[in-house]
Amino acid sequence: MNTSRRIFTFLLRLLALAATLVATIVMVTSHDSTNVLNLTFKAKFSNSPAFKYFVVVEAIACAYNLVIMFLASKGSLWRLVIILDVVVAVLLASSVSSALAIAYVGKKGNTHAGWLPICGQVPKFCKHVTAALVAGFIAAILYFLLVIYTLYTVLHPLFVVSKF
Amino acid sequence: MALENGEKPGSSFVAVRKPNDCTILLLRLVAFLATLAATLVMALNKETKTLVVATIGTTPIKATLTAKFQHTPANVFFVVANAMASLHNLLMIIVQLCGGKFKDKGLRLVMMAILDMMTVALLSSGDGAATFMAHLAKKGNSHARWNKICDKFDKFCDHGGGALIASYIGLLLLVVITVLSIIKLLKAK
Repeated sequence: MNTSRRIFTFLLRLLALAATLVATIVMVTSHDSTNVLNLTFKAKFSNSPAFKYFVVVEAIACAYNLVIMFLASKGSLWRLVIILDVVVAVLLASSVSSALAIAYVGKKGNTHAGWLPICGQVPKFCKHVTAALVAGFIAAILYFLLVIYTLYTVLHPLFVVSKF
Repeated sequence: MALENGEKPGSSFVAVRKPNDCTILLLRLVAFLATLAATLVMALNKETKTLVVATIGTTPIKATLTAKFQHTPANVFFVVANAMASLHNLLMIIVQLCGGKFKDKGLRLVMMAILDMMTVALLSSGDGAATFMAHLAKKGNSHARWNKICDKFDKFCDHGGGALIASYIGLLLLVVITVLSIIKLLKAK
């Protein structure tokens, strides 16, 4: 019973590690440039602070996951790991949401503020950012599954005991 | 577990007392008020201004522009997330005050911890989206040719900033409450 739980947790962490790594790399390598009326229009992820925040948070989550996967079996720190997992999951949710808000303005524009959409001019950049956001979203969902599963497995004895 | 004099606690890495029910209730009350304030301030955020848009000859052409919070989907999400967080806080306060009759204490603690965690995630994502939208409105983005709008609608921006601060206070308190709930769960084992 214990081994299967550990294997499942390890698998979830591995998938989350892969998702955060993919999100970071795809966002960092997103850039495109176009020529409009003799003006060169360059689009990079560092033009927007929301995308920079996204990259930083995904990188932190990736590094944290890597460290924790190799310290997993040490018994005395598992409570700290649970609480840190919650904090990292919340940070991931926040980063995906922020990047999504700015990407939405980039794709649809905002007529009330006079902001034109830029996806028509730099389509490759837009596709990269979309892919990075999808990977980030998957990473956030996996992290929440991990925290809920950890809380459930830690407390299963608590459920059983309280029925008697 | 009872500790003798000078004996280190064996199975816990840090010696914390079990969180008091009163502490958590007080924190929840303040968090409820903070998120409620954020919801109301952002939902009633509206500013109308008459601006000169062009000049033909010597007559300036004026247009009346309105800035409302629902023009930006991120602000709408912010209002919804804060409303749900204050509802959650209210429900938890009521459950803690009047729920002493329920027998299954273990299930209640787990549901409270999991729901707390979900609310923190929702609230933090709402805050993040609204913060970056506000930053965009205040500083603009020269690379994408998006102009700032806070120099014309300064009251709108001020109110939005106030709502954001209240929401961040609520978020911080809710994170503390979540950690305390999880500690309570782990100690009840």
